[in-house]
Amino acid sequence: MNLKNTLCAAVAASFLTAGVASAENLTIATVNNGDMIRMQGMTEDFTKKTGHTVEWVTLEENVLRQRVTTDITTKGGAFDIMTIGMYETPIWGKNGWLVPLNDLSEGYNAADILPAMAGGLSHEGTLFAAPFYGESSMIMYRKDLFEKAGITMPKSPSWSHIARAARKMTNRETGVNGICLRGKAGWGEGGAFITAMSNSFGARWFDDKWNAQFDTREWSDTLNFFKNMMDDAGPAGYATNGFNENLSLFQQGKCGMWIDATVAASFVTNPKDSTVADKVGFALAPDNGMGRRSNWLWAWALAIPAGTKKEAAAKQFIEWATSNGYIELVAAKEGWANVPPGARTSLYENPNYKDIPFAKMTLESILSADPNNSTVEPSPYVGVQFAAIPEFAGIATEVSQEFSAAYAGKQSIAAALQKAQTITNDAMEAAGYK
Amino acid sequence: MATQHSRSAARLMMAPAVVLLLGWMLVPLIMTVFFSFKKYLPLRGDKLSDGLEWVGFLNYERFISSGSFWPSVQTTLVIVVSVLVITVTLGILLALLLDQPMWGQGVVRILVIAPFFVMPTVSALVWKNMFMDPINGILAHLWMFFGAEPVLWLSQASVPSIILIVSWQWLPFATLILLTAIQSLDGEQLEASEMDGAPKLKRFWHIVLPHLSRAITIVILIQTIFILSIFAEIFVTTGGAFGTKTLTYLIFQRVLDSQNVGLGSAGGVYAIILANIVAIFLMRIVGKNLDN
Amino acid sequence: MARAVTNQRKATNTLFAWAIGLLIFFPILWTILTSFKTEAQAINDPPIFFFFDWTLENYAAVMERSDYAKFLWNSIIIAVGSTILGVIIAVPAAWSMAFVPSKRTKDILLWMLSTKMLPAVGVLYPIYLIFIGLGILDSRLGLVVVLMLINLPIIVWMLYTYFKEIPVDILEAARMDGASLRDEIIHVLTPMAIPGIASTVLLNIILAWNEAFWTLNLTAAKAAPLTAFIASYSSPEGLFFAKLSAASTMAIAPILIMGWFSQKQLVRGLTFGAVK
Repeated sequence: MNLKNTLCAAVAASFLTAGVASAENLTIATVNNGDMIRMQGMTEDFTKKTGHTVEWVTLEENVLRQRVTTDITTKGGAFDIMTIGMYETPIWGKNGWLVPLNDLSEGYNAADILPAMAGGLSHEGTLFAAPFYGESSMIMYRKDLFEKAGITMPKSPSWSHIARAARKMTNRETGVNGICLRGKAGWGEGGAFITAMSNSFGARWFDDKWNAQFDTREWSDTLNFFKNMMDDAGPAGYATNGFNENLSLFQQGKCGMWIDATVAASFVTNPKDSTVADKVGFALAPDNGMGRRSNWLWAWALAIPAGTKKEAAAKQFIEWATSNGYIELVAAKEGWANVPPGARTSLYENPNYKDIPFAKMTLESILSADPNNSTVEPSPYVGVQFAAIPEFAGIATEVSQEFSAAYAGKQSIAAALQKAQTITNDAMEAAGYK
Repeated sequence: MATQHSRSAARLMMAPAVVLLLGWMLVPLIMTVFFSFKKYLPLRGDKLSDGLEWVGFLNYERFISSGSFWPSVQTTLVIVVSVLVITVTLGILLALLLDQPMWGQGVVRILVIAPFFVMPTVSALVWKNMFMDPINGILAHLWMFFGAEPVLWLSQASVPSIILIVSWQWLPFATLILLTAIQSLDGEQLEASEMDGAPKLKRFWHIVLPHLSRAITIVILIQTIFILSIFAEIFVTTGGAFGTKTLTYLIFQRVLDSQNVGLGSAGGVYAIILANIVAIFLMRIVGKNLDN
Repeated sequence: MARAVTNQRKATNTLFAWAIGLLIFFPILWTILTSFKTEAQAINDPPIFFFFDWTLENYAAVMERSDYAKFLWNSIIIAVGSTILGVIIAVPAAWSMAFVPSKRTKDILLWMLSTKMLPAVGVLYPIYLIFIGLGILDSRLGLVVVLMLINLPIIVWMLYTYFKEIPVDILEAARMDGASLRDEIIHVLTPMAIPGIASTVLLNIILAWNEAFWTLNLTAAKAAPLTAFIASYSSPEGLFFAKLSAASTMAIAPILIMGWFSQKQLVRGLTFGAVK
C-alpha cells in the first residue's frame, strides 16, 4: 500500500514537472452554491493555463451527495473530481477511495490551509481533499432591533442572554421574530444545528462504547431550551425552516437574530438582496459556560476518486481552484467580499480582506471549533455537528425527523428522545458496533 | 376464429415486449432478493466482487421491527387512497364541466392539463416555498387577508399537504381520461333520458357513471402505480418528518442515507409484496371492468 | 351536438370553467411571473402580482451558467427515443393481445403493469453496476433503454385498449382479400390506429420528460437531461426563487408547448373509456 502510494506520487510528480502531458477533459461534480458557481465562470483561466478543459455537473447538495456516493462505492468512474464535505472525506479516505493529496506542489503551499480545515479533511494525517471554502456558524443580529430593545450583544454571548434578547425583541404585531433557527428535518439541516447546539449543553451522540446518549439530561435540556425559546420567539412553522427559509426571513427583516453558516454573512450584508444590509452585527455562537460553543465546522472540498486515469490533470485543477492565485483572481474580478472564505490562513492576514465586516468573526468562529474535541465529555467520534462514521447520515436524518416532529408539537420531547435513542442504538447494533 | 398459425405469430410478436420486461423485472428482482439476505454496507467497504456475508432473514427482521415500518405502510395507503378519491371525484366533475359548451374550451382544457407537464421536483418546490410557507406563502397571505391565523401546512397538516400537491399533479390525468370517456357517451341516449324527464342526478347515476366505470378503472390503476412511488414531493417538502414517510421513502433512507443496501433490499421486497396486495385488492374491486 | 344551448347557460359554463382552469393553472402562472422578478421581489411581502419591474436577468443568468441547449437536446433525445423504441416493441405485442387473445392475456397485461411497482431505489446499486459493466453510464443510449423499459407496460396497455376498439370485421375482410399478417398490420391496422398511437406517444413523452430518478442517477455531464438542469437550481445557499422559476419555466416550456399544440391529438387518441 505504502509502496503503491509512493509510486503513484512519483508518477504524479513526474507528470507535474513534465508540464502538460496532454490536454484532458475533466468531469467535475459540484454543489450549486454561489462560490462554486463563480468558480465555473472562472474555468477559462484554468484552461488557458493548463490546456485542460472542464465539464461541470452541478447539483443540489442532497442529490450531489447521493450521486457521488453511488459512484465512489461502485467505482463507477463517472467523475474525475468530486466536491465533498468534511463528513465524507475521512470515511472515504479511510476506505482508500480517494487519491492522497500529500504531494501537492511547493508553490501551492499546503501549509497555508487552515489547520482546522486540513484536520477535518484528513485521515490519519493524510490530506484527502483540498478545501475550496470553509465555514463555521455564528450569530448574525440586527443592531437596530437590539438598540431599540435596549439590550447589548456581547462578543461571545451565553444561551440565556440570547434567549432573553430573543423574547424581548419578538413583536408578533410587526412580524419580528426574536430568533430564527433551523428546525427542518435532515442531518445537514436541523440535525446539524441541534447537534452543534447540544455540544454547548454538554451533550454528545455517543459515549466511548458507542452507546447512544439521548436518554441523558443534557439532551433533554438542549431540546427543551430550543423548543421553549423558538415557541416564544421563533417564526411560525420553524419546524420546516432550513438555511434558505431563514435566510429569506432575515433578509426581509423578520428576524432579530439568526445563528447559521458564516457564509450567510455575505448574503445578509448584500444590499441588492437584503433589506437590512447595513444593520447586521456579528457575534460568536452562544455557549453555556461549559467550555464548548455551539458553532460547527464545515468545508466543501475537492477530491479525486482513486482509479481515475486523469489524476495528474485533476491535481492541477485542484491546485488551481484552491490556491491563493484563485482567491486573487476572484478578488480582481468580483471584489474581496466574494472570494471563497475560510480555507487559507493567509487570506485573513491579507490587508485587503481585513475591511470585510464579517472576516474577523468568521475566522474566530472557525478557530473556536475543534472536530477532534467537540464535546464536553469525551466522545469516540470526530466531527462537531456530525460524527464521521458511515452510519451517521442515516441515523441523524431519522433522529432529526423525530426532533422536527417534537418542535411542531406532534409529539413530546421525551417521546422524540426515546425514539432517537432506539433508532440510534438499533442502527449501531446493525452496523456491528456492539 | 384465430388459426394456429396466427396464434404462434401472435406469440412471436408478443415475445420482445415480454422478454424485455421479464428481464427488466427479473434481473433487479433477483438482485434485490439476493441482497436482502446479505450484509451489504458499501461505505464500510463491502463489495460485490469480494462476496457478501450471508445474514439470513436478519435484514427482514430489522426492517419490519423498526418503529418506522408500520407507520410508513399506513402513510403510503392513506396517501394513495386519498389522492385516488380526490382525483377521481374532482376529475369526474371537471370532465362534466369541460364537456359543456363554452367559449374558449381549448384554452381551459390546456390550463387544466398543464400541471401534468410539471416535473415533480419543481411542483414540490413551488408549493412548499411559494404557497405553503407560513410567512411568505400565498396561502398564508390569503388567510391573513381574511383575518385568519395562517395554517402551518407542512408541519401541522403534513399528510394533507402532500396529498394536495400530488392530487394537483394527477388531477389533469384523471380529468383528461374521464373527459374523453364522457365525450364518447352517446348523445342520443342522454337526450332520450332527458326527454323522459329523468332528473339530472339520476341521469348521472344511471347512465353517465356506469359509462365511465372503465375509464375510472384505468385512472385508478395507472395512478396507483405512480403514487405508490412518489418521492420528490416528500423529499422536498417535509424530508420525511411529521408522519409523511412512505414505504418508498423509508427504503430510500435505508439505501441512500444509511447506505445499507441489504436492509433497503429487504424493504424493497416488502414494498413489492405491498404493491401486489394493493394490486390484487384493486383487481377484486375494479378488475371486472377490464373484461369487456 | 345539436342541443340548443342558451347563451346564458354558455356564459355561466364559461365563467365557471375559466375560474377553475385558472385556479388549477395558478401555481404555474405564478412560477412564470416569478421568473421575471428580481430575487428580492420574488419574496416580497405582500406578494406582487403584475406591477413589478419585469426583468430578464434570471433568464440571462441561467443561460450564462448552464448549457441549456445541451440539457434540452438530451431531454428530447431521451424522451422521444425511448418512446419510439417503446412503440416499436409494443405495437406487435399489443396487436397480438388485442386480436389473438388467449386466456392468459389479461394476466400478462397486469403482470406487465405490476413490474412498474418495483421501488426504483432498491435496485439502484445493481442497475448502476450493470451500467458500469456495459459501459453505458452517462450515455443517452442507456437512458433511452431504461426509460423505454419503465414505460413499456403503459405503452403496451394503451395500445392494447386502443386496438381493441378497432372492429375485427375490417381485419377479417382484409384477411379474406388475401392480405398477409404483415400487410394487415402495416396497411390496415396502423392507419386506423394512428390517433391511438399518437396519443400514446404524447403521453409517454411527458412521462419520460419528467422522470427524475434514473435520469439523475445514471448521468454525469454528457447525457444529463433537464431534470439534472433543475437539480442545479433547486435550493442552493442564498436566494434562488426567481432563478429557479426561470429554470423551471425553461424546463417545462417545451413540453407545455408541445402539449398545447397536440392536445386535440392527445384527447382524440385516448379511448381508454370508450365503450362500443
